[in-house]
Amino acid sequence: MSGSKLASVEAGEASAAPAPIARKTPFNVLIVGVGGQGVIMVSKVLAALAQWRGFEVKQSEVHGMAKRGGSVFSHVRFGERVWSPTIAKGEADVLIALEWAEGLRWLPYLKPATGIFICDTKRIVPPFACLNRKPGAPMRYSRETAEQVANYVAEGYAIDATTMAEELGNERAANVVLLGALSTALDFPIADWESTVSEFVPKKTIAVNLEAFRLGRTWIAEARSPAPATGTPPLLPLAEVPFTPRLEINAAWCKSCDICVKMCPERCLRLNDDRIAELANPEKCTGCRLCEWLCPDFAIRVHLEAQGKAAEEAAR
Amino acid sequence: MHTPRSATEPLSRDSSELRPLTGNEAIARGAWEAGVKVAAAYPGTPSTEILENLATYPAEDIHAQWSTNEKVALDVAIGASFAGQRALCAMKHVGLNVAADAFMTVAYIGVNGGLVMTVCDDPGIHSSQNEQDSRIYGMLGTVPVLEPSDAQEALDYTKLAFELSEQFDTPVILRGTTRLSHTRSPVAVGERNPPPARSFIEQPSKNVMIPAHARGRHVVVLQREAKLKEYLASAPINRMEIDDTSFGVITAGTCYPYVREVLPNASVLKLGASWPLSEQLLREFCSKVDRVFVVEELEPIIEKEVAALGFKVAGKEFFPRNGEFSPEVVRAGFVKAGILPAPPLDNGWTPELVIRPPVLCAGCPHTSSFLAVRASGARVAGDIGCYTLGCLDPLRGLDTCVAMGSSIGNAVGMAKAGETKPIVATIGDSTFLHAGLPALIDAVYNGANIAVMLLDNHITAMTGGQEHPGTGKTLRGEPAPRVDYEALIKAIGVKWVRTVDSYDLAAVHQSLREAIAYRGVAVLISNRPCVLDPVKIKGPPLQVVTEQCTACQSCMNLGCPALTWSDQWFEGRHRVQIDPALCIGCTLCAQVCTIDCIKPTAPVTA
Repeated sequence: MSGSKLASVEAGEASAAPAPIARKTPFNVLIVGVGGQGVIMVSKVLAALAQWRGFEVKQSEVHGMAKRGGSVFSHVRFGERVWSPTIAKGEADVLIALEWAEGLRWLPYLKPATGIFICDTKRIVPPFACLNRKPGAPMRYSRETAEQVANYVAEGYAIDATTMAEELGNERAANVVLLGALSTALDFPIADWESTVSEFVPKKTIAVNLEAFRLGRTWIAEARSPAPATGTPPLLPLAEVPFTPRLEINAAWCKSCDICVKMCPERCLRLNDDRIAELANPEKCTGCRLCEWLCPDFAIRVHLEAQGKAAEEAAR
Repeated sequence: MHTPRSATEPLSRDSSELRPLTGNEAIARGAWEAGVKVAAAYPGTPSTEILENLATYPAEDIHAQWSTNEKVALDVAIGASFAGQRALCAMKHVGLNVAADAFMTVAYIGVNGGLVMTVCDDPGIHSSQNEQDSRIYGMLGTVPVLEPSDAQEALDYTKLAFELSEQFDTPVILRGTTRLSHTRSPVAVGERNPPPARSFIEQPSKNVMIPAHARGRHVVVLQREAKLKEYLASAPINRMEIDDTSFGVITAGTCYPYVREVLPNASVLKLGASWPLSEQLLREFCSKVDRVFVVEELEPIIEKEVAALGFKVAGKEFFPRNGEFSPEVVRAGFVKAGILPAPPLDNGWTPELVIRPPVLCAGCPHTSSFLAVRASGARVAGDIGCYTLGCLDPLRGLDTCVAMGSSIGNAVGMAKAGETKPIVATIGDSTFLHAGLPALIDAVYNGANIAVMLLDNHITAMTGGQEHPGTGKTLRGEPAPRVDYEALIKAIGVKWVRTVDSYDLAAVHQSLREAIAYRGVAVLISNRPCVLDPVKIKGPPLQVVTEQCTACQSCMNLGCPALTWSDQWFEGRHRVQIDPALCIGCTLCAQVCTIDCIKPTAPVTA
């Protein structure tokens, strides 16, 4: 079990009983994640429970692109009277994130003074983050550490729910671990939570999901105690490695097949007037060597000329 | 795919009569309660779930079907109305463009059985190619437009729409938005109460629109609008809530809760029908308040009507004409107008945001098609579907995308205009049957030199996996005849037709080269089922032999979500790793690997 408390509040203060639900003004829970993680299931459980408890509930999400790995969010609002189905920026009482970068994306929606941030440390790196072929190019993914995030939230928890669920034998129950964590922020009876969870998960997985739910609850209780666990592992730091790519094209061997021209991911090659391959945009070349690998006539060689000693060491 | 809890399912332990329904579920429930006999649609986000939910009601109550396109769906509904039954046709906003031909004339004909078109707009363009305002169609066709603001109203207005349709002899548009369709809120449901049976009425002057009849019908339509305005002047769905009279807000649909959220004590005219607008009602409200605002998403339709009556009114001056509204947008407008104080500053959080657009799934059969298309160096006319995502990095395989079925017509035009690159049109199976077939006939007839890639994944994938005439199943999952694409395409005169396995990259490459080389229309069918629907495909994953990987990142050209950088690196670049939970074992990455270091974790079976 790993993860950490991000809280900047005093330990004693945080270990108090969960705040009672504001009955007059709606209670706002924003649930975010990546398509396929079970965001909608979490929001359905919460919405069903809140409605059963007699509140007016509005639950809003946008379908359509959700299954294709896009960013997914669901707003749940409940209270005596709820107008807007969506939560405005800065008005979420709780932000539940099933993925780390998605949690950070939606942070501005939390109430600055009182909002509770519960975030899985699971990282789902989109293919877009890994498209830069330049040597030493950084992955385009959130670099903020849990400690940095802590400065922006009133009360926050980074919880490795995915690993916890894996240890229970069902990785897909990670969302229910987070639901267990969420349950501590509300004063609904535990039995109601568990019966609602049982209603919304597949019959065969009720036992493991209930276990996951309890695990989430106890984890939060432990995280509220004075000694927080160690911080989340930050992303691997990347050294900038200044390579200069240089292409050596043997004109005598090139037969103008233009495979290199068409397959270059940066589209920086072309056939010149003599129909021989040449590097048209040297500044775009990342030295990825694809043209070298793909050339059927061994006419292309890519040289990566390292700059400075550090680069040489890094290349080893 | 999560299955929404069906409205027909009994609630196990609900203390009240209220059920949590989405707007789409509520519309379906309302239609069922209103006694709808026939419902038809072509899937389109956000309207898709209306028909999916209608199909959960008993088959003896209602015939629900997927049609090949929205025009056909509306024609089916019109036919049912002719036959005396209540009929519903659901579509997204751009679907109404397809159905507009039939719509504009059925507006003249009117109805026998009630006819309701539920049209779901997509302000904010969550999942569409534009954000047109369908209320304008109400104005254009002189047809009433009802706008529910939540799921309860979605149910009530659907029932009302059928009443109005029969009472005023008009089709009725029930206009929703993405937010209405996909927001769940409590709904009190009722029982099914079909109207007394009607039968076909032989009345050619009303039902056969030749010029002589149409001239007379247009007069009737204009009289109908006058009667509707009279009704709407005092109809309970147009509600005046008078409180603070220093200013008043006219609003409709999903904007109403946003207005109430930010201005709980304002005087509001909440219009349940946003077309036609009763001048009498607008005058009455405007004269009760000192200053008038109109809050409406997209076009300033209500605002222009109010201004035309001579009142000073503010709308698009403070509230944008594009994008989806939200409490923030409405608040910002009233702050700008000096009605509300500026909100406090936020928590100052400005992280570097991770770009996470929707992508083709791991193992998506479209991936190889677009790799081949890209390598062909062709000019590519794209179409509407998951494969439109092929325009994004790293595939960058599309040059154009206009509307459903446009790819083939666009390709013909480019060829005829003398585009020097070879021309390829890419179109999905469902889109091809929707609107691509007439364009393909056009291409053959006019002797265009194009290659068409029919991306056959055996499902309507983008909207979440709906059946169509090429899948062999109906909306209710019953077996149906299946379109034989090769035979169909040959029958319209295409001489070069070939089917290729999408997972055989070399074959896809080679076949596409041949298709392009062929002079005339060539159709290449890239054939593999969608990995998500109707069944989720998951084979043994592949793995990278890390120490062999030269970090050429050739496989990263696939844009596969299962492939990411590992923390190992080579010559300053990250080596690649495969997420076994996402990888379905399609082997495309192994096929492009330059040094053959991607290996199966288990023996691969065909």
